[in-house]
Formats: sequence, structure tokens, C-alpha cells
Amino acid sequence: MAQLDLRGISKSFGDTAVLRDIDLSIGDGEFLTLVGPSGCGKSTLIRIIAGLEPQTAGSIEVDGVGIDHLRPHERRVAMVFQSYALYPHMTVFQNLALPLTMARLTMAERLPLVRLLSPRRRRVMAGIGQEVGAVAEQLQIDRLLDRRPAQLSGGQRQRVALGRAMVRHPAVFLMDEPLSNLDAKLRVHMRSELADLHARLRATFVYVTHDQVEAMTMSDRVAMMHGGRIIQLGTPAQLYDHPANLTVAQFIGSPTINLIKGRIGTDGAVEIPGGRIDLATGLPAGAEVTVGLRPEAVVPAPLAPAFQDPVRLPARLHRRENLGPEQILHFDLVGAEKAGLTCRVMGNESVVADEPVDLLFEAGACHVFNAAGERVALPATPASGRPPVRSVAPLIGGTGA
Amino acid sequence: MPFRRQFLWQKLTGAGFALPAFLLLLALHVVPLLVLAALSFTDYELGVVTFEWVGLDNYAQAFSDEVFRRSLVNTLYYVAIVLPGSVILALLVAVLVHQRKRTRSFYEIVYFLPVTSTLIAMATVWQFLLHPSLGVINAALRKLGFSEVPFLSDPDLALPTLAVIGIWQLVGFNMILFLAGLSSIPRDLYEASAIDGVGNGIDRFLTITWPLLGPTTLFVIVTTSITAFKLFDTVAVMTKGGPQGSTEVILYAIYLEGFYYFRTAYASVLTLVFLTFVVIFSVIQTFVLDRRTHY
Repeated sequence: MAQLDLRGISKSFGDTAVLRDIDLSIGDGEFLTLVGPSGCGKSTLIRIIAGLEPQTAGSIEVDGVGIDHLRPHERRVAMVFQSYALYPHMTVFQNLALPLTMARLTMAERLPLVRLLSPRRRRVMAGIGQEVGAVAEQLQIDRLLDRRPAQLSGGQRQRVALGRAMVRHPAVFLMDEPLSNLDAKLRVHMRSELADLHARLRATFVYVTHDQVEAMTMSDRVAMMHGGRIIQLGTPAQLYDHPANLTVAQFIGSPTINLIKGRIGTDGAVEIPGGRIDLATGLPAGAEVTVGLRPEAVVPAPLAPAFQDPVRLPARLHRRENLGPEQILHFDLVGAEKAGLTCRVMGNESVVADEPVDLLFEAGACHVFNAAGERVALPATPASGRPPVRSVAPLIGGTGA
Repeated sequence: MPFRRQFLWQKLTGAGFALPAFLLLLALHVVPLLVLAALSFTDYELGVVTFEWVGLDNYAQAFSDEVFRRSLVNTLYYVAIVLPGSVILALLVAVLVHQRKRTRSFYEIVYFLPVTSTLIAMATVWQFLLHPSLGVINAALRKLGFSEVPFLSDPDLALPTLAVIGIWQLVGFNMILFLAGLSSIPRDLYEASAIDGVGNGIDRFLTITWPLLGPTTLFVIVTTSITAFKLFDTVAVMTKGGPQGSTEVILYAIYLEGFYYFRTAYASVLTLVFLTFVVIFSVIQTFVLDRRTHY
């Protein structure tokens, strides 16, 4: 259990800056996810925390004590690798026991033959055997202890990798895309297992992924990274409902948020192709803006949503994706060239194709971003822009962005 | 039955494609081997028109022949020095070179150069280097205050000296094989082990590197044993079996019997013994160690 503080972490490879001045405090027992597109620096950051890579500047503290000078195994961190990095020549038991044997036996006691001379070794190994057994039982791999990694399925290897991290009772668990080598179904299953594991261990988790669904479903907080910086830090709901900029808005959520180019009219309202939205943005007339609309905030008129004074945009159905409990409908806006809107509706009510329908949404559901892509603060509006679909959205979204 | 006919036709086509290779194999390997085996039961001599069957006489002679027994023992002695010497040294060099970044290719070339040279030519060079009065090595020893060492004329030193030259020639090749093996060990494993507490170089070597080099090591051991067992060039050029038969080895004995004394039949027997050893080395690889070193 530990509080982890990163202060001003920077990393450059030659002239290329990979991380720029990262400040991040991760609370004791928190599940924090670093999410972002590949190349955003998230893996480098976790490797710096693990001690596998030195930072160019900045410092790392665990419970207020600097660990920069410590070697990886002295840092009280454990890491689960994307490839699992299991030792192929060792059995599952030996894989799980290695961190403990390295810590508790002297070098002589680990050497072949020489180790037979140590009477203490037997006692220590018996203790290690018990601890490994307990962890294996927790992860339901106790019947696989004699096997080699090559004889295990992907899911089983994943568990062994987790077990190897758990036996040491580390203060911080570091996970570098641990689920990305699993098939889709197993990944969904392991997501909930990891969340359970976190709840049980109450340890600090730092989890790296490029999959926004994993970030949304498991984390207490999410740090979205881009270009070597943390561009937003907050709970999954905060990132979804109040994306700080266009990059976050587009990365989080599946299907991707609808973006409509517009500009501020003379009366202060936002003018978009085919309509206008009454919003007090505080921006000067003529300013370019981008309006973001989550797919579930847009509803075709035939479904008669209980919106008060909604914005109407005429559109024509272009393509329908039926996911069973919900449908993703892709519309072309009438009168706007090549502009489309995606909406997500529950059930399988049909929206007649080829017949123009009105798409409805409330002004309060709109996210407005200025020309630089930054979120524009809007006066508080009722939360009617969030239909109930939202809460299950990330689960159905599959692998996401 | 059209199905059976088609099946037969397919088999015939397949056999037709395999036939040229099969004939070559037969002509170049199988038939000579059978002729060799047949000759070992005769008194045939190179150039003589007739021969007679003599049964196991040649074998009886070989196993009671002092020279042959000595060459066999010498050969095994040579293998016993060259095998551990070149494998361990190559592994050490490979691990060290593998960690170099900018200078790596320089070391690779330096260690690999002896492999690219012709051993016959190099043997002549070594002979000069080791010469008691003209050689650089003895000159250096004299400078350092030691008495000169008769490397090639002392019966106790001649074979070990050849073994050192053999190691010098083999280390580069084995190093390249070990480097390939080292490159195939995923970096992840070293990182995972660093987190798991495998802190120093010796632990890292014993926990990760050495076990994962198992398949490579096995291959290196087998190829090195066979190469060392085929010792011929340096003996033929530098010592010709002497002094006092201390460097008589199997391949040189075969050469002498077959192409010097023209006792082809007797040479066939020695060749069969030689082949038996090579087969044994290969069988060890296939059946015993192969199963234990693959994951």
C-alpha cells in the first residue's frame, strides 16, 4: 500500500522528448490508468516508475521517500508485461517463486549442488512453497504449478504473470497493456477479474493501455496522455462528460463523439450547417468552434424523446449497425455536404431508410471547443443531455478506439 | 476406381520429382558407404586389380594395432581439450560482445577472422610463430626471462598446442552461434527478472541467459565435437603425427593407411570406426539432449 508521486518527470531519447514534465500523484490503493494513442509516452512513464529506464529529469516518491536511486527490485513495485515475460524454462511454480527465492536465499543457496549444503534452504523453500500455493489458489492456477509456460493458454499465462507480481506483496502494481494479447471475450472477463483483484488487494495500481474501454471500466482515475503530456486527469465520468479538449473527446467513447464545425453568430448562438444552437459561449461573433455531441445525445424524431426545446437537424439514414440491445445509426445531414451524425439508440425500433427524419438533441448536451481545440466552459445546464444509455456504453463498445 | 487411380498417379508424380535427389543421394552417399563397408572385409589395395575376401581380419588387426589405439586416444584427448575450451570461451566472448553497442561489429569481425582463413595456411603461420629459435612466441618468452618452450617437438606439449590452435580457430564460429542465441532471448525477460530481484550479472546469467541458451549450446557442443574429431590439417602440416606419435589422430591415420601406404581395405575399417563416433555424437543430440532443452 503506497502513495506514489511523480514530480516533473521528463524523458528524452537524444533530441526527441518523449515525456514532458509529468506531475502525477497516485493515491494509496488507487487504480490509475494511463491511456493514450501509441507513442504518447505512457509505456515509457511506467517503465521509469519501475526503474527499467532512467528519467532525464524529475523524481519519483513512494510514501514521500525518493526511489530514483533504487534498482527495480528494491522499489517495492511489481510489473505485468504485455508479453507476460514468463520464464520459458521454468515451471509455473518456479516462475511464481523466483521473486521470493531471489529475496530470501543467498546466492550460494541458489547455486546448483552448493545449495544442498544449506540446512536453512529447506525451511525457506517450504515457506515460499506455501505462499506460492496461496497465490496460485487465489488465481485458480494451483493445478498448473508443474507446467511450463508453453503448455498454458493465453489466459492462464496472464494469471501466472499476475501471480508473479502478487507473491511479493508490492506496494505498487504496474501493468503495461496486460490484456492486449488476449482474445476479445477473455479480455472482457479479465477486466472484471482485475477490478476484483484490485478491490481485494487494495494495492496501488498503475495501468497502461491504449484501449479506452479498459480505462473507463476499471479505473478510479484516468490520465489521458498525448505527445508526452497528461492532457486530462480525472474520473472516467469526468473524461467522458467533460473532455478538456478535442483529443480527449475523440479518444474516449465508442462510437466516437460527433463533431460538427460551426461558428459563433452575431447573436452569440452557435451556427452549424442546417441549424443553430442557443448557447452562451462567451466567444466573440465569428469565432470558429467545434461542437461535440455524444452519439446517445442525438435521437431521431420518430423515437419521440422527451427533450425540451431541442435542436432539430434534418437528416437521412445512411447505414445501420444492429448490436442487439442497441443500434448505431449513421445519418447524413440534409443540406450539409458530407456532414454526418452518428446516434446510438436502445432497442431495435426501426427508423425508415431513405426518408428524411429530424435528429433531435438538446443544447445542454453539446460540448463546445474553441479553435485551439480547448473546451469552452458553458453555464450550468440540467443534466438532461445524458440519457440512461450512457452508463453501459463503454461495455458494449468492444475494443474501442 | 477413379479415386484410387488418381491417388496412384499423385504418388507417381511425387516419386518422379523426388527421384533425381534420391539418385544423387544414392550415388554420393549410400553406395560409397556400402562399398566402404564391403572393402573392409577384403585385402584390397589401391591400384591392385584383384582382391580377396578376408572376413574380419582387418578388424582384428585394427583393434590390436597400437598405432590405431593411440590415434583414437589422442583424438579423444584433443576433443576433450578443444570442446570445453572453445565452447566456454566462445560463450564468454559472446556475452561480452553482446553487451557492446558501437564496438560490437569490430569484435565480431576480429573473433571471426580465424574462421574465414584456410587452416592449412594458418597452420604454416603458427609453425613459424611457435618455432623454437625463429618464432615470435619463444622470442617473447625469452625476453620475459623464461626458457624457450619446444611447443611442437615435446611429446607432452604437441597435442595441447594443436588444441590451442583448434580453439583459436573455433571460438569465432561458436561465438557467432552464441550471439544468435543471445539475440533471440527476449529483452522482456531481463526486465522482468530485474524487477523480480535478479540483480547482478552472475544471477542474470544463471537464471536467464544460460538456461535459455540451452538449445544453442547443445548445437554448438555437437558441431564442435564433430569438428574437433576431424582434426587433420594442423597435424598434416605441423607435426605429421610426431613427435613420438603423440599427435597421431584418426583422420591422419586413415590418410596414411589409405593414400600413403595404399592399404585401402584397412583404411576402410578405420573410416567406419570414425563414422561410428560421428554418428554417436549426432545421436546424443537427437535423442538425449534435444528433449531436455526445448521449451
